[in-house]
Amino acid sequence: MKTIPTLAALAAFALPAGAQTPRPELVIYTYESFTAEWGPGPAIAEAFEMTCGCEVRFVGAGDGAALLARLRLEGARTDADVVLGLDTNLTAEAADTGLFAPHGIEPGALDLPIAWDDPIFLPYDWGYFAFVYDVAEVPEPPASFEALIDSSLNIVIHDPRSSTPGLGLLMWVKDAYGDRAPEIWEGLAERIVTVAPGWSEAYGLFLAGEVDMALAYTTSPAYHLIAEGDDTKRAAIFEEGHYIQIEVAAMLETSDQPELARDFLRFMLTDGFQAVIPTTNWMYPARTPAEGLPEGFETLAVPGKALLMEPEAAREARDAALAEWLAALSR
Amino acid sequence: MNLNGKPVAVSEGPASAPAPTAAPAHSGRRLGRAALFGGGAALALVAVLTLGTLGALALRAEPGRGLGPAEWAALRFTVLQAVLSAGASALLAVPVARALARRRFAGRGALVALTGAPFLLPALVAVLGLVAVWGRGGWVSDGLAAFGGPRLDIYGLGGVVLAHVFFNLPLVTRLLLLGWSAIPTEQFRLAAQLGMAPRDVFRTLEAPMLRSVLPGAAVLVFLLAMTSFAVALTLGGGPRATTVELAIYQALRFDFDLGRAAWLGLIQFGLCGAAALLAVRVAADTGFAAGFGAPVRRLDAGGRGLRALDAAAIAALVLFLGLPLLAVALRGASGLAQGLPPQTLVAALRSLGVALASAALALTLGLGLAALVDGLKARGAGRGIEGLGLMPLAASPFVIGTGLFILLNPVANPFALALPVTALVNGAMALPFVLRALLPALGLARGADGRLADSLGIEGWARFRLVTWGRLRAPMGFAAGLAAALSMGDLGVIALFAPPEMATLPLLMQRLMAAYRIDAAAGVGLVLVALTFGLFWAFDRAGRGRARA
Repeated sequence: MKTIPTLAALAAFALPAGAQTPRPELVIYTYESFTAEWGPGPAIAEAFEMTCGCEVRFVGAGDGAALLARLRLEGARTDADVVLGLDTNLTAEAADTGLFAPHGIEPGALDLPIAWDDPIFLPYDWGYFAFVYDVAEVPEPPASFEALIDSSLNIVIHDPRSSTPGLGLLMWVKDAYGDRAPEIWEGLAERIVTVAPGWSEAYGLFLAGEVDMALAYTTSPAYHLIAEGDDTKRAAIFEEGHYIQIEVAAMLETSDQPELARDFLRFMLTDGFQAVIPTTNWMYPARTPAEGLPEGFETLAVPGKALLMEPEAAREARDAALAEWLAALSR
Repeated sequence: MNLNGKPVAVSEGPASAPAPTAAPAHSGRRLGRAALFGGGAALALVAVLTLGTLGALALRAEPGRGLGPAEWAALRFTVLQAVLSAGASALLAVPVARALARRRFAGRGALVALTGAPFLLPALVAVLGLVAVWGRGGWVSDGLAAFGGPRLDIYGLGGVVLAHVFFNLPLVTRLLLLGWSAIPTEQFRLAAQLGMAPRDVFRTLEAPMLRSVLPGAAVLVFLLAMTSFAVALTLGGGPRATTVELAIYQALRFDFDLGRAAWLGLIQFGLCGAAALLAVRVAADTGFAAGFGAPVRRLDAGGRGLRALDAAAIAALVLFLGLPLLAVALRGASGLAQGLPPQTLVAALRSLGVALASAALALTLGLGLAALVDGLKARGAGRGIEGLGLMPLAASPFVIGTGLFILLNPVANPFALALPVTALVNGAMALPFVLRALLPALGLARGADGRLADSLGIEGWARFRLVTWGRLRAPMGFAAGLAAALSMGDLGVIALFAPPEMATLPLLMQRLMAAYRIDAAAGVGLVLVALTFGLFWAFDRAGRGRARA
């Protein structure tokens, strides 16, 4: 009698546990679009499992700051062996938590716009932030933030507190305009239809036709070109230069599979991982695979100037930039 | 499928379990030890959940940082949207309720019944429907655009208020209908004999009723609008449209800032506590179970202008409530035809588990507390205890959730406990409704029936089976159905605790909406609606079915 609801409840609570496997399990916390069936996760797990004698389990644990917040909350209790999906705007803060272990890997030559010497975090892909539009809807795209402010276009941006692209835009405006950043945000506030919590919400609004332009990457049009045969989506190139995002991974101090975690980080910079990135994560690989970039990537617009703050500088600028952003958009 | 069997069997469980607890309490002569223990335990749990979590917040909060611009913005937005929601719901309900009160037409009964539905409708389903009708790509915008008009923007203040009016306009309409039916028919007849114009009838008969009912209704809507997280999460967001609850969610999930979350939790508790006190002062009886009678024949309302006005008000209500539901049904049908996402089944099982567990908890707590209150009432006390049982109304589930999060975090992973914690908080939230349903029945069982049982010397188990059970069965079924349905559609505490990989049905639906897979979200929404109303219907039916026999 009373056991029926109890059993039903237990069954529901027990479901996520899953079956035990004799092979060691490598748990990787990452963002949801990485683990989706159309994302890089499945192909990468399959490729790594062929050599590691292990099970790879991806856990979609949120984007950027949310991912880091979850790790801080779980602390030493966490199941995660590897975290994949932070970027250089967050690495200084992440390193300070003491949750991450040095990778001890010599990465060799990388195809990044900057030199890489971080002892904890290793990069796996990168891209330029940009506003993406449809040529049919926006025949004359703006060529700077100021032109965007003067236009009548509607845009969607991401919340910098929950999304790495959102934080990237915050740093972009700060790096390009410095003390004028509050003024730029006040101007942009007129153009912003909504502040989406993350990537899929923002890009979904754009694809549903609810906004004219969405914060994305210069590589995002490649998705429409290659996957959908649609060449109407373009990235607007701004004169101020474009802030770049370098996405990174690291192993955890508390990992019960440190060797496996290190093997995965090593694998991350080989073709087995890197060749999957351009057509699943739609970013530039950190090391261009042997066969080069897929056909279609050569059509993408390339900004004349790349912007990026050092991790320490980004952390120091973040709180003040966030306060300016909040003040301008709360009005 | 097997749904019909389960809840029937379930509803027998909690009923037989507290038998030894409840029976002695109704002898009317002594307060049984079991009632004291059972009620005391229930009371202790409620106190820990409300006051204990509040204490945890107070210890952890960092009021030293004061109210920054972001906190002020959240506070302002929360109050502003609640005031607008309450005002719009109250004012718009007047013409609608007046039309329903004085017109007879086919389908009036069905329409009055429809106004009860939003109370149980999962918030996300309503939001999905509202976006499909009022969003930039929705039906209204399409219509406007066809005539060269602008497209509407549903995100932000406008959308949040719209959603709250959708939920609460029907509620206020029901309260006003009760008010109208309380005006004696003779008075309207007298007014007609005196040749009073419609304006005079309004001034002398209707305006006084509105003055007594509307303020309470508005305060109730104000309280509900301040604590509706799902609407703020989906239609609000961004610095301009962040409620205090949304700010708590962001502080915990994005910044891992427990001190800030705790401080915001205290602010929210202050807001809700003040609103709840106000509500207790002026609130009208919500009268969910009351009948609405037939419309009053009104000789003063025969004018062609008034007819057209009433017809317009009724048509507007039908369209306002009906179109979003129709939109969800249409999109959902195409979502079902394309096949539901593979996670749907597991998410549905999780939601059912949480709903049944919180219903069982609410019923157990409610019975224990009701037995204690009733036993004390027999001795002329118990009012204060009854008030304590209503405490969860003042503490928002979100504030309790935040406190539990902070209490649990040092000893266990809050994410791993997402489902039990949600069941616990949802069960406590349903407690006021359960108490309201059970207390009158216990009173009846003690009163007239109790004296007869005393004179026949029926005691103990036999007394419970023969006397109390008959009175209790129907309200227990209703209360369990209400608790299960509210928990089923809930998107509150679960969003605070659940890691992305452990979704309930409303959480899965929210993710699909966020990824703009609207058809799939609507398909999941239809499953959610079916399960929610199915649970309510099955429990309510189980309670009433046997009672009649």
